[in-house]
Parts: sequence; C-alpha cells; structure tokens
Amino acid sequence: MSVLDSKIPEGPLKDKWTNHKNNIDLVNPANKRNIDIIVVGTGLAGGSAAASLAEMGYNVKTFCYQDSPRRAHSIAAQGGINAAKNYQNDGDSVYRLFYDTVKGGDYRAREANVHRLAEVSGNIIDQCVAQGVPFGRDYGGLLDNRSFGGVLVSRTFYAKGQTGQQLLLGAYSAMNRQIAKGKITPYNRHEMVELVKVDGKARGIIARNLETGELERHSAHAVVIASGGYGNVFFLSTNAMGSNATAAWKIHKKGAHFANPCYTQIHPTCIPRSGEHQSKLTLMSESLRNDGRIWVPRNMEDVLAIREGKLKPTDLSEDKRDYYLERRYPAFGNLVPRDVASRAAKERCDAGYGVNQTGEAVYLDFASAIQRYGKQEAAIARMENPSAEEILKLGEAVIESKYGNLFQMYEKIVAENPYKTPMMIYPAVHYTMGGVWVDYNLMTSVEGCYCIGEANFSDHGANRLGASALMQGLADGYFVLPYTIGNYLSNEIRTGKISTETSEFVEAEKEVSDRIEKLMNIQGTKSVDHFHKLLGKAMWEYVGMARNEEGLKKAMAEIKQIRTDFWNDVRIPGDKNSLNPELEKAGRVADFLELGELFAKDALHRNESCGGHFREESVEEDGLQKGEAKRNDKDFAYVAAWEYKGEPSDAVMHREDLEFNDIELKQRSYK
Amino acid sequence: MSKGLSNSSVGRKVLMALSGFFLLFFLAQHFVINMLSVISADLFNEVSHFMGTNGMVQFVLQPVLLFGVLFHLGMGIYLDFKNKAARPIKYAMDKPSENSNWMSRNMIITGVMIMLFLGLHFYDFWLPEIKDKFIDGKWDEPTKYFPHLQHKFQDLARVLIYCVSFVFLSLHLLHGFQSAFQSAGFNHNKYTPTIKKLGNLYAIVIPAGFVFIALFHYFTQL
Amino acid sequence: MDLTLKVWRQKNREDKGALATYKVKGISEHASFLEMLDVMNEQLINEGVEPVAFDHDCREGICGTCSLYINGEAHGPDRKVTTCQLHMRMFKDGETIYIEPWRSAAMPVIKDLIVDRSAFDRIQQSGGFVSVNTSGNTQDANALPIPKMNADKAFDVAACIGCGACVATCKNSSAMLFVAAKVSQYAYLPQGQVERTERVLNMVEQMDKEGFGNCTNTGACEVECPKSISIEYIAKMNREYLSASITSEK
Repeated sequence: MSVLDSKIPEGPLKDKWTNHKNNIDLVNPANKRNIDIIVVGTGLAGGSAAASLAEMGYNVKTFCYQDSPRRAHSIAAQGGINAAKNYQNDGDSVYRLFYDTVKGGDYRAREANVHRLAEVSGNIIDQCVAQGVPFGRDYGGLLDNRSFGGVLVSRTFYAKGQTGQQLLLGAYSAMNRQIAKGKITPYNRHEMVELVKVDGKARGIIARNLETGELERHSAHAVVIASGGYGNVFFLSTNAMGSNATAAWKIHKKGAHFANPCYTQIHPTCIPRSGEHQSKLTLMSESLRNDGRIWVPRNMEDVLAIREGKLKPTDLSEDKRDYYLERRYPAFGNLVPRDVASRAAKERCDAGYGVNQTGEAVYLDFASAIQRYGKQEAAIARMENPSAEEILKLGEAVIESKYGNLFQMYEKIVAENPYKTPMMIYPAVHYTMGGVWVDYNLMTSVEGCYCIGEANFSDHGANRLGASALMQGLADGYFVLPYTIGNYLSNEIRTGKISTETSEFVEAEKEVSDRIEKLMNIQGTKSVDHFHKLLGKAMWEYVGMARNEEGLKKAMAEIKQIRTDFWNDVRIPGDKNSLNPELEKAGRVADFLELGELFAKDALHRNESCGGHFREESVEEDGLQKGEAKRNDKDFAYVAAWEYKGEPSDAVMHREDLEFNDIELKQRSYK
Repeated sequence: MSKGLSNSSVGRKVLMALSGFFLLFFLAQHFVINMLSVISADLFNEVSHFMGTNGMVQFVLQPVLLFGVLFHLGMGIYLDFKNKAARPIKYAMDKPSENSNWMSRNMIITGVMIMLFLGLHFYDFWLPEIKDKFIDGKWDEPTKYFPHLQHKFQDLARVLIYCVSFVFLSLHLLHGFQSAFQSAGFNHNKYTPTIKKLGNLYAIVIPAGFVFIALFHYFTQL
Repeated sequence: MDLTLKVWRQKNREDKGALATYKVKGISEHASFLEMLDVMNEQLINEGVEPVAFDHDCREGICGTCSLYINGEAHGPDRKVTTCQLHMRMFKDGETIYIEPWRSAAMPVIKDLIVDRSAFDRIQQSGGFVSVNTSGNTQDANALPIPKMNADKAFDVAACIGCGACVATCKNSSAMLFVAAKVSQYAYLPQGQVERTERVLNMVEQMDKEGFGNCTNTGACEVECPKSISIEYIAKMNREYLSASITSEK
C-alpha cells in the first residue's frame, strides 16, 4: 500500500465535492479568532486564500518577496480564465470542462480534483464580477467569451490582454479590505526560508526580512504555500525574475513529497532570444495563433539569405514557404495544443530552418489574416472594387483591435513592425504542471502544511490547457482551501497560541542563519547568475522540449557538478544584514540546483511521452501518427511523488495510481 | 470623515479653481471698462464713477474681490510650499519639458510676478482712490478718472513694466484658464478641446488688449 | 555600444547617498535597459564592488515593480513603456545616462534605486475595494449587465500597474492619477456604488496623510504613465470628491 493517501471521497464523481463539503468538520466563529494561518505567496491562489480565510475569521499572515501583494506574477497572465458558464449556449457544461481538462492534461491528472475545479469555475466568475473585475463585455452589457486552443467551445472570460492583472487586483483588493480590518497582517519584502515543524505538524516558518536581512520566526496553526511554479530552473523562462521554488523546496526537504517535476509547459509563442545578455523571455498570448500562420522557408538557401539580411520574409512567395503545422496537422493546423506546436517549431529549427541569427525562431504571419479581414470589412462597408491599399488598411485595423497591445509590445521589444513583416517566435518555458504533492484537501504530506495554485501538482496532469491556470489558482484559494482547511483546524481549537521560543523554532532559525553564513563565506569568483545560467543551459539542452535517457543522465551529473561548484565558488558581495539581491538570488538558485536534478531524475524514470514531457524513445513507429508522442498508460498512469532523502538523486518515489472511472483513455490526435 | 474642502488636497484644488474662475470673470470686466478709455473719455469716466461710488460695488463686491485675490495668492503660495516639501531631494537630471509645458510648471512664478505688478497697480490707482474717498472724503469727482489714467501712462518706464506684466498674466492664463476647469471636475472629450481653445484665446486677447490700452495712451500723449 | 552611467548609490534609508559613475562597454542595442544594468552589475561583482540594487520582477511591463528615473524621465525617454520594456536602441553610443530612484517624501529610498511604495498599498487599504465576501452564492455574473462603454472605461483605469511613475514625474509628487484610477474604476461600475461616497473621501484623506503633493494639472503624469491613463480621470475624481463632501453623512 502506497504511503500516499489521496483522501478522495467516495461516491459518484459529480457528488464527491458536495458530499465532502457536507461532511467536513467546521470551526465555530469564536474559535476561528484564536487560530492563525500563514500564507506564503500572494498571487491568485495565495491572495484569494488569504482574503477568504480572513473573511471567515482566521488570523492570517501573508508573506511575499515583492514590495506589494499586487506584483505577484499571476499579474502577467494575458489570455483569460475558463469557466463552465455556457453563456454562449454552445453546449458547454461542467462535465465538458472536466473532460477537456483531463484530456488536455494527457490523462495524468486526478479525476476528482479536476471535476471539483470544473464545478467551482462558475462561482469564480460570479465572485470576481462582484468584486468589480472589469471583464470584457458585449454591447448588451453581458460578459463576452473567447475561444482557446484545444477545446471546441467558447468558455474563456477575459479582460483584454490583461486578465491575470485584473483578477489579481481583485484578489488584492479583497486582501486590502481584510488588512484594513486587521485580519490580515501583510509581510511584504519577506521571503520564507524555512518551514518549522513541531511534533510532525507544520507550526510556522522562518522568514527573512529582505530589507533588513533580519530572520523572523512566525508561528501558526497551519501553513499554506502558494508560491507559484519553478520554471526559473531553466534560467530563461516567461516567469518573473524573482519567481522561485524556495518555499516549495523547503517544505519538500521537511517531508512534503514533490510530484511529477518533469511536467513542464513550453509555450510556443514567445519572443525569441536576442543574445547572451537575455534575462527573461516574453510571452505573446496563445490567442495570436487564431489568426497567425506559422512558417519557415522551404529551401535552405532562403533561410541563409534571410539570416544574412539579403532577403526579407515578405519577399518569399507562397510556394517557397513551409507552413509546417498546417502540413503536419491538417485538422487543427495552427491551433494544435501548446506542446505539439512547440515541438514542431523545435523540429524545424533543429533541422536548420530557424530564421534569425541564433537559428531559433519561426515566423508567425498575419498577412493572410489582414487580407481576409480587409476584404470582409470592405464588403461590410459596401465598397466597390476596393484598392489593395484600402483592404490592407481595413485589415490592419481589425488586427489592431484584436491584438493591438500584443503587437505594440512586440514592436517595443524587437523594433520591427509586425503589421508589415511577420513576427518571429520561439517556444519558451512557461508553466510547471508538477509541484508539491497534495491530497484532495490540498494538504501536503506534512500535516498542517497546504499547497495551492501552480505550486502544487494537482489539476493539470502532464499539460495545461490555456486559461486554466487562473481558474485553478482562484478555485483553490476562494472555494476549495477555505473549506478543506477547516477539517484540519477543527482539531486545533484547543492548541492555543503557538510559541516561537520553542527549540524547534530556535533550531530552524539557526539552520537558516548557518546556511546564509555559509553562502556569504564562500567568497568565490563567480556570480550567482553565472551558475544559474549554467543550470539553465543544462536543463534546456537535456531536459527541455525533447528528452532521452542519455541526455537526462548527463543532465543529472552535470547539475550535480554545477551544484558542487556553486557551493565552492559563488561570490556574494555585500552583507547579509541589509537588502542584498545577490544573497536572495543565491538562496533561490541553491534550491533550483537541487530541484533541477530531481526534475531530470523524474523525466528519466518516466519512459513515456505524455503532454509536455516528450521522450524520444517513446514515439509512434508507424501509421498516420508516425513520429508523434506515444503515451504508455499501462505502465505510467500514476503520479510520481518523490520523497526527499538528502541528495536529489537518492529521492524515493511513491506512486499514486490514477483511476479513470468516468473517462475513457484515448490518444490525442490532431492530424 | 470629510473635514471640509479646505483641509484636503482635492478640496483646496477646487477652491483654487473657484477663486480662479472669479478672477477670470473680474479680469474680463476690468478689461471691458478699460477698453472704454480708448473709445471715449466721457464714457470711461461715467462707468468708472459708477463703479467707484456704487454701494454694492464698493462695499460688497470690492471686499469679495480683495478676498478672492488674497485667497488665490495665499493658497497658491501655501500649496507651492507643500508641493516643494513633497519632494525634499531633487533629481540630479530632470527633463520636465519632455512631458509638460513651462506655463503649467511655473504658475507660482507668473503668479507672484502678477502680484508684484498688482502692488504697483494698487499704488497707481487703487490707493489714490481709497485716499480720495475714505480719508479725504471726496466721493463726487465724476471726471477725474480719465486724466488720472492718462497721467499714469505718460511715464515710459511704467508703461514698459505694465506691458511686461501683461506677458506674465498671459502665461498664467494660458495654463490657468483650462486648469481651473480640470480642477473643478470638467474634463470631457466633447467640450474640453473647446475650453482649451477658448482659454488660449482669452489668455492672449485680454493681456494683449491691456498692452494695447497702455501703449495707446502713451503714444497718444507723445 | 559603450556608455557612462551616473547611478544613485545609497546604503540604506538613513544614508545620504550620492551619484556614482560607472562605465559599461559592448552593450547590445537589442538589450533592454534592465539587461544593461544586469551587465553592469555582473561587471561590478567581478570587480568586487557591491552591485546596484534596483526593483524589477516580471520584465514584461505589467507587474509595476521597476521604477527608474532615467535621464530626467520616469521609465526613460520612450513612451507607453516601463523601464523593463525600454530598449538600448533608444540611446546613443557614448551617451551619459543618469539613473535615479523615484523622488518623493512619501516614497523614501530604501537602498540605491529601490524605493518604498507602501504608501500606495495603504491608500488602497483605505477604500480601494468592494466589500463583498467570498461565497459560492453571489448572484450570477450576468445578472448585472454593465454598459460596454462603462465597462471599457473601468478597464482603462483598472490597467494601472501602481508603478509610481506619476508621482515620480509630477513636479509636486502628487499621487492623484494613481488614486483617481481606483476611484474612477469603481465609480463606473454598479458594484462600486454602495461605497462610492465614502471611498473617495477615505482614499483622498489617506493620500494626503502619506505626504503626497497637490495636483497642479501639468499633465506630466499622463504623458509618462506606461499605461496611458488620462488626467480626465483626475477631473472625475475631483467631481466625485466634490459631490461626496457635500452629500456625505460624516
């Protein structure tokens, strides 16, 4: 019997959550006042959880490394948030959202969790509208929807290209209301650097005040980790510069299992790297693929001429272009899911057809969409024999109204006008589906320690559908955790205030200060970024879009070596008792250097291709699907939860078998 | 929690706008009467005598005007003092002209220059008038105004000071007119462009008219 | 390109601080301004000098963390961008660039180029929300139709990223554009009506308490605002405030 108890309630799938809620123990309002909860991270999940828990009456402390909760990286989400409202009357339902999510995740997610997510999705929209989130509306004043990749209905709610920002500001405003009431105490510019366990239960954290360098002890009856994903293990990603895995990794080292670390989403439409100085990658919304066509030149001599600047992409006639997605996937064309689109771009660039200096870029072309819309608009305006110029102008206006802010962003970064010349794009690391293992109640394998949002592993399986991350973060924070945490806290009403003077707190603090001391004393020769870049390179090369056994073994060895070098040769200037960004980075990179190795280990053990995880050894050999990813449900339909045992390479795997009672496992085909 | 308009930043700003509106109105009225001196000495005398002896004007409007001027000046200086305190350390490199015009940033300079001018103006016209009426008790001199005016504009130095001061007035109005509307809450795509045009017209025509009047009297007496 | 940088260095809140001069060489014109600073810092670390601390996070112009006064302008010489989206092609080879922190009594410098913007949080806490609890049974989202025009206007102001460029650029360090954005967002939406009167009074009061200056309508803020929020909304806030002060019970 596995050590993992997922605590999935009994009963039919559609009743599990309702029944579970009805049977959950509650905490009486007077007792809630005596219970403290720590929330680490203030993005969509953390912010919404903090606000909801404080509304219920608990005393909440929030921690974020940013200078304000409003800056968490949830803010950067562009496209939208899914909900099974069926406002468009196109046949959407809770079941369909559940089905699409499980299928999109390549059947590696927990059915019960995903169904719950779909059930509460509608409430999220109601809640956010009540808070004053300005969603896009139609002329009748009702909410508008968009369509997103991989699904057949329009269920995505949006606020222009800034949906994440508006939802986060909604959660932030709900937090502010509680801060004003004194129910939330915010600790901004604070980083959680250790979890404190007392008698096996999470009882508090050690946090570093990033401005003064002071170590602080904070106690609570429960600790909630909502610190986001670990995409920055690749150095270059679409994550914020400060996004880190430290909180998640610290609890992992204290006993929380880490699940499916190898499930990473590589987003196909990002602005390509421009050089060695590059610090991060910028995402362009997936919605661009609705109208953009992706191509590279058909002939190698054209590729070389373009790279040398002798030829412009607009000079190439149609027959000299290879619209490779339309060629390979005639059914879905440019709208194949993210993992498929990313791998196809890599395939072309690996074959030498990349169109920029680094050889890592493909074209995303709006010319035919501009023509199409232009003609359509001209017809609507009843223009007779419109000139080519007029059509162009009308078409560009339509494209601008749809993607204006994205086009402007592209132009600011690349200094090329995407209305006139095709955009260049390349895949980049975007989201991590893996994360801390949690049960149905979102509790980790450490009692009293919860994990929500991107930081946990629960809902997306091996691949996440567009507009589902915002949904999951808010579902966890607003509608799931506030209920399930009561089940645990109802046993804590007699605990009383938890002292921070106990030996556990003293030891944890000493552990942290020793670690910082050690880092500061290395006084080596290389900067933190130097090691981070090395790690990123190894990850991208061997654990990126396509993985194989040899590469993964190499990656594990290489990462281990980088880690050893890091601890011998890193140079951290400044001192530990003041604001020291290099020291902050060092702590985070130290954790990434361990996580990266576990990541590769997980990828190595999972000898199948599923979702974002593509093993070169596991592809279809023949038939229509030849060369496509091959999933192995017989041997790998489980969650791999890793237990920390010192070295990442010594981690022990626990299996949580995935049962699919309501869905038939099928191969995803986009041909 | 409202502590009254004069205690909040937004409230003070609205009060600046309201006193500004009042002064704009007064200035237009002053301009019209002065213009009469160019057209007809008798008409000018007649209207001036009315303004100088009418009880409503003298004992109600005049104190209100005086209060308006002093309030606008006092509040302006107070706000400028507060605004400077809001940035104790200045930028080593600052390029404000990249995002705003000179007039909008230097209302305190143009304002104080106008006040200095008002000192001279009061000395020239208002104080003698007060002395005549309230100290010497001479209320009935219906023909003194035009000669008095002519007398003052014989002096080239004074005429030049007046002309320069009107340039400052113009600069002040170029921002002040439309700014008063913004402060009072009037900003709308439909009418704001018109307000801005009107403001520029007002800010140029009225000071230019005053300059014309001063020069007219100087040159006609050469 | 090679550049001379005049960078504000300040150890902590109490330190007086001064400009330091650094030279960087071989910067790509495709690099962003912050990547140029990364290169400078890497160079300083290798020389054994403590790198310059500056705020930055998402590096895609939405989180509002980055905050530099570059060559006399908030977020530098480009328009509608934050510092992280500013690219080196806006500068000339051999140029001297001044890099300073936001300057405002209400936003004191913490270290080097990093300032304390918690005043913005406190203003939001004084009323920048709709008092609705999380529950699974708020009314259906479509039960409350909102005219598209109002929804779009609310969105335009809700786009504020709270970076503080308006304060930094205003000659009076006024925060009116920031406050007006939040006040207007809720004033345009039906959800914000219940607390409309109290909200504007409380938020303005908190803004004044924090020590921001007064608005003198120079319009500099809307020019430098990376999200192009118009001072039309400051006028809107003035209206809201005026009517609230007349009608409020308090």
